[in-house]
Amino acid sequence: MSTTQFLFAGFGGQGILFAGKFAAYKGLMNEKHVSWLPSYGPEMRGGTASCSVIISDDPVGSPIVSKPDVLVAMNLPSLDRYEDAVATGGTIFVDSTLIDRKVKRADAAVYYVPATRLASDNGIPTLANMILMGNILKVMNDFDEDGVNAALKKVISAKHADMLEVNLKALKIGAEY
Amino acid sequence: MSDKVLMKGNEALAEAAIIASCRHYFGYPITPQTEVAAYMAKRMPKIGGTFLQAESEIAAINMVYGVSSTGHRVMTSSSSPGISLKGEGLSYMAGADLPALVVNVQRGGPGLGGIQPSQSDYFQATKGGAHGDFHMIVMAPASVQEMADLTVKGFELADKYRMTAMILADGTMGQMMEPVSLEYDIKPMPEKPWATTGTKMQRGHNIINSLSLVPEELERLNFERYKKYEQIEENETLYEEYMMDDAEICIAAFGIAARVSKNAVNEARRQGIKAGLIRPITLWPFPSAPFKKASERVKSFISVELSMGQMIEDVRLATECRVPVTLCNRVGGMIPSPEMVLEAIKEAAKNGGAR
Amino acid sequence: MVVFEKPYALTDVPMHYCPGCTHGIVHRLVAEVIDELGIEGRTVGIAPVGCSVMAYNYFNCDMIEAAHGRAPAVATGVKRAEPENIVFTYQGDGDLASIGTAETVHAAARNENITIIFINNAIYGMTGGQMAPTSLPGQITQTSPYGRDVTQCGFPVKVCEMLSELDGPEYLERVAVNNVKNVKNAKKAIKKAFQNQLDGKGFSLVEVLSSCPTNWGLTPQNALKWIDEKMIPYYPLGVYKDRSAAKEDTK
Repeated sequence: MSTTQFLFAGFGGQGILFAGKFAAYKGLMNEKHVSWLPSYGPEMRGGTASCSVIISDDPVGSPIVSKPDVLVAMNLPSLDRYEDAVATGGTIFVDSTLIDRKVKRADAAVYYVPATRLASDNGIPTLANMILMGNILKVMNDFDEDGVNAALKKVISAKHADMLEVNLKALKIGAEY
Repeated sequence: MSDKVLMKGNEALAEAAIIASCRHYFGYPITPQTEVAAYMAKRMPKIGGTFLQAESEIAAINMVYGVSSTGHRVMTSSSSPGISLKGEGLSYMAGADLPALVVNVQRGGPGLGGIQPSQSDYFQATKGGAHGDFHMIVMAPASVQEMADLTVKGFELADKYRMTAMILADGTMGQMMEPVSLEYDIKPMPEKPWATTGTKMQRGHNIINSLSLVPEELERLNFERYKKYEQIEENETLYEEYMMDDAEICIAAFGIAARVSKNAVNEARRQGIKAGLIRPITLWPFPSAPFKKASERVKSFISVELSMGQMIEDVRLATECRVPVTLCNRVGGMIPSPEMVLEAIKEAAKNGGAR
Repeated sequence: MVVFEKPYALTDVPMHYCPGCTHGIVHRLVAEVIDELGIEGRTVGIAPVGCSVMAYNYFNCDMIEAAHGRAPAVATGVKRAEPENIVFTYQGDGDLASIGTAETVHAAARNENITIIFINNAIYGMTGGQMAPTSLPGQITQTSPYGRDVTQCGFPVKVCEMLSELDGPEYLERVAVNNVKNVKNAKKAIKKAFQNQLDGKGFSLVEVLSSCPTNWGLTPQNALKWIDEKMIPYYPLGVYKDRSAAKEDTK
């Protein structure tokens, strides 16, 4: 019996909600119970964005993640805001291109991934989110190519099928980092 | 691998309505339910249905009144301030005995309030919601799957009893995604010989009307309507009990508050406190019976709400104040955390029910 | 030889209108048109709140009673659900031009394929003679006892003129029912407004200047004169929009 609570947070436009949706579908592919809950505000663009994702062996209770097991911080305000909320023994993924400070929590496993730089170096500047995601899957021992492909196909609509390949590329870059 | 898809609550609800053969939707944009309108705008033209963005909530509910008069399945959706505007139409539909599905994805109030989740329209939904004596069948989903399931059920009950069924959701239910399966056995719609579809010169004219100027007659209509309501209370009450077999502390919660409370109940059990949960699925009719039964055994009730304490009144009525009923709440768009509910449970356990 | 008959589209229920009120005439005109077009079996009428609230008892076709001002929205729902049916609303000035202004304007803007019969008698009749959105400047009513003061309560709403500025509506005409000639014209306009719907042309509204002797405090005869002398100068009769005819002209 296990439950993992994710909190993805960053600027609007970084693909926070998309990464969360992918994570939820990946959980679904693994036959888990999942939920995905976005923050929503009056602004359509910019501002802060976050989403709660829960992947569990049991039916999900509250879909709201207040003590994340895994925090994915894609900007400094998000790390500042949520670092202390991370559960004891939790894991923090940091986009170290955009966040120049170290994580203060001593009881958390921390992974610094220069996702934004890797994204632009590889000509996929909008996919830092998925590079981080790839790294998360590797760390969590969940990077099976079939499952990743199946989840991508769910989260990317048929209309945008041409995006499958670059997303897979981003995930691999993250997994290999 | 799972064939289930992840859908937002608002979208699952909209698709379920279409599956339930609703082909007419009228609405007006308001956060946090706009996905329902957007979904309908995309789907309805492709299946020969109507999507119309009305000039106001008032117009939208009256368009619903018009379609319902013709016997077709029809719905509208909105969020709290918009539902207030629909109040007039809801009362007229009750008076004219017209079926429809109305969705309220609640946000914090009063006034313009906020756009974050709330349950503060409980009174409005369950105690009538506008002028005159009437009820709506009010259902509170606590998952994306229930957003869809209760929508289908709502259409069926609305037609069965010729009245409005309301889905009382909140921003969380509307915005969250969960796996959902949309396979339903849709029952055929009942005959509607009362509908104004044109006499075809085959019958006398049908009249859809809520005006009745003779007091004796208006009284009779009200009495008859309330007899119908009694049947609904008897036959259509829905609730879920969780860990109630040996519970000493009973939580009352619906919608998102029930999801949060389940976590708290689980944690309390781990800590050796016998907590349980009764989750009303229909808010009207309110599931008084399980609360009454529980009140003969449990030490106290905690009503967990995203309001200043509205459902708590029904819990007290149902339990006839036999044991204490306390409130655990957040409002204004805030949601109680499992920790907060757990504290309330511990407090209740410590007091042994006495206050 | 029968020289005068009740139209089939009217029921036998005795009307409740005051002596000298012209609602009865307009009801009859609408019923005659329904008869002549042979559409009673597929017509659905919407009654308003106001003096004609009980119109649902007087027409033989299916009828719906709407909330105050909402008849165009209700008609929209009925027409969208059953496009083959002929849908008309019958509304007074308070209903259509005050509390229901938004519903009226937007049904017109959408060119909703419905027919609206708009009774303008410059007063609230059912509630006992209060100022209407169409009450004339200086007109004395229960709620403008010193005469309508336009500096305080604004100017009358000229519905046909206002709607004619919209691109949406198909047909707008103002008529009166205060003499034989005008009644004949009114019937022509009402028939056209129904025919337009049958032809799928869209939103057609006929504004009918009507009398309210009871609340105007006039004899029926003087009330008809008042229409000529006071109302028609302020609300000129005529066609305010006829899109199809205009298209014909430019050919």
